[in-house]
Amino acid sequence: MKIIVAIKQVPECDAQVRIDPAGKWIEESDLQYALNEPDAYALEEALQLREKHGGEVIVLSAGPERVGSTLREALAKGADRAIHVVCNDLGARDALGIARLLAAAIKPENPDLILAGLQSEDLGLGQTGVIIAELLDLPHATLILHVEKTGTGFTVKRELEEGWFQTIELPTPAVLTIQSGGNKLRYATLMGIKRAKTKEVRSVTATELAVDAEPVVLLEQVTLPQKQKSTQMLPGTAKEAAAALVEKLKFEVHVL
Amino acid sequence: MSGVLVIQEERGFGRNRISLEALAAGRILCGLTGLSLESAVVGDSKTPVLAETSGQPPATAYAVAHPLLANYTSDGYVLAFEQLIQKLQPSYIVFPHTYQVRDFVPRLAARFGQVLIADVTALEAGPSFVRQLFQGKMNAKYSHPGNGPCFVSVQAGAFPADPVTAGTANIVPFVPEIADASIRTRPGQPFRASAQTVDLASAQLIVSVGRGIRDAENIPLVQELAAALGAELAASRPICDNGWLPMERQVGSSGQTVSPKLYLAVGISGAIQHLVGMKGSQCVVAINKDPAAPIFEVADYGIVGDLFEVVPALTQAVKAARQ
Repeated sequence: MKIIVAIKQVPECDAQVRIDPAGKWIEESDLQYALNEPDAYALEEALQLREKHGGEVIVLSAGPERVGSTLREALAKGADRAIHVVCNDLGARDALGIARLLAAAIKPENPDLILAGLQSEDLGLGQTGVIIAELLDLPHATLILHVEKTGTGFTVKRELEEGWFQTIELPTPAVLTIQSGGNKLRYATLMGIKRAKTKEVRSVTATELAVDAEPVVLLEQVTLPQKQKSTQMLPGTAKEAAAALVEKLKFEVHVL
Repeated sequence: MSGVLVIQEERGFGRNRISLEALAAGRILCGLTGLSLESAVVGDSKTPVLAETSGQPPATAYAVAHPLLANYTSDGYVLAFEQLIQKLQPSYIVFPHTYQVRDFVPRLAARFGQVLIADVTALEAGPSFVRQLFQGKMNAKYSHPGNGPCFVSVQAGAFPADPVTAGTANIVPFVPEIADASIRTRPGQPFRASAQTVDLASAQLIVSVGRGIRDAENIPLVQELAAALGAELAASRPICDNGWLPMERQVGSSGQTVSPKLYLAVGISGAIQHLVGMKGSQCVVAINKDPAAPIFEVADYGIVGDLFEVVPALTQAVKAARQ
């Protein structure tokens, strides 16, 4: 089985993000980047399917040169090879534009299964996988926690709201977006990291893929959110803050 | 291009608030654009969501009915709404941001060469659409300058619905053409994983723990605080994903929705998926090392500090106060 996993490099989840001077995006210069966590679960699902059924796991990511380190990390965890869609204007493309790049890179590979994390931790649009399915005219399912291969396709466990689940059957090839928590994530081993250095990372540019960047929606401005409540901050040492909070819980919230 | 079309989602009697909120958002968009409001839902004319409205009802409500829509599939819904949109040519299409909408609307929008502006929290003149970035740490304003319909989904709780009144819209049936073969997936009936033994929904006091706890072996720290307060222990999704606490203790869009007297969030940054599950709490206390963590936006009391110092100190102080 040939599986392509679309992954994204995002700022580390506890990174202190700051707005850039133009107010259009964030300061990228001093950020640390990591693999988007839902994508890590998508990769894990792919690796487990390969361990059970054999085949190949290809990781795919679009972005500037720095994305290479995240692709290497995925190779170190066990992916067989990588495709890097080199593109320095990711921010100028909307979700459809980025999905077009990824779909164009996927198409000649003819995979049996395409996986992506259900959403990114930076933009949180949660659409890339679904749009890829539309562009490639493949069936899809989202919020998937578990994938089982059947004779003709896949049986997947989909998360619904409020603790409900559902099983869905899909023919192959298909696109699935993976919810976090379905598997336990693996770490790259030293051997894996060593091996990753010799694995193939193929670069392809947006121009070569003949995908234009014209967006239909524009991100105009990034701002800090307005507070919804006036928060009373309790300063001081841990002990002082704790004592102040107990006072509040006792005399204002009336729960002690 | 004519109006604002709100596509509602039938979730059963008394559970359609998010669809009424989508209607409220649609009405705001009408105010900003001077367009008129229409709505649509999958179902027949007796579908419960059509029987209620809040505020000025839409002029026309389309009941989109077809035997192949009886069980939700993305293929079926995309085909049905593609045809409805082609017929009505709306300028804006507004959805509640539900799991179902996340499943099919990006595909529907792409079919029109469009992108869903997802999980919108505010509408402003222009119109522009405000949504969150970096799990709530930032807001972003989007515009849709191009031609063609603009697809928008709205966050639960972001557009308060007016009190519910009886629906008076003119209900018009719409029967899309859907062939059997065009539905490629086979959905099963929804099920629950196991009987819930922890009822967080009725808990009065909740201590909830997030990623800041760093490791499973640190969980007892918050367990002791919960015990001292007589509170239930809950968690954000990453804690349950890692298996550090059982899934049934998860608060948020994929877990339980709670509304205790006190919600004490320890090491929880406050991603929207978590906030939707707890923002009905009467009093929210947040302990977090990052002063910019979005949890502080909904907190009544905040302590910026190292939870590994603050939590033991708080446990001690609570015990002392209880004596």
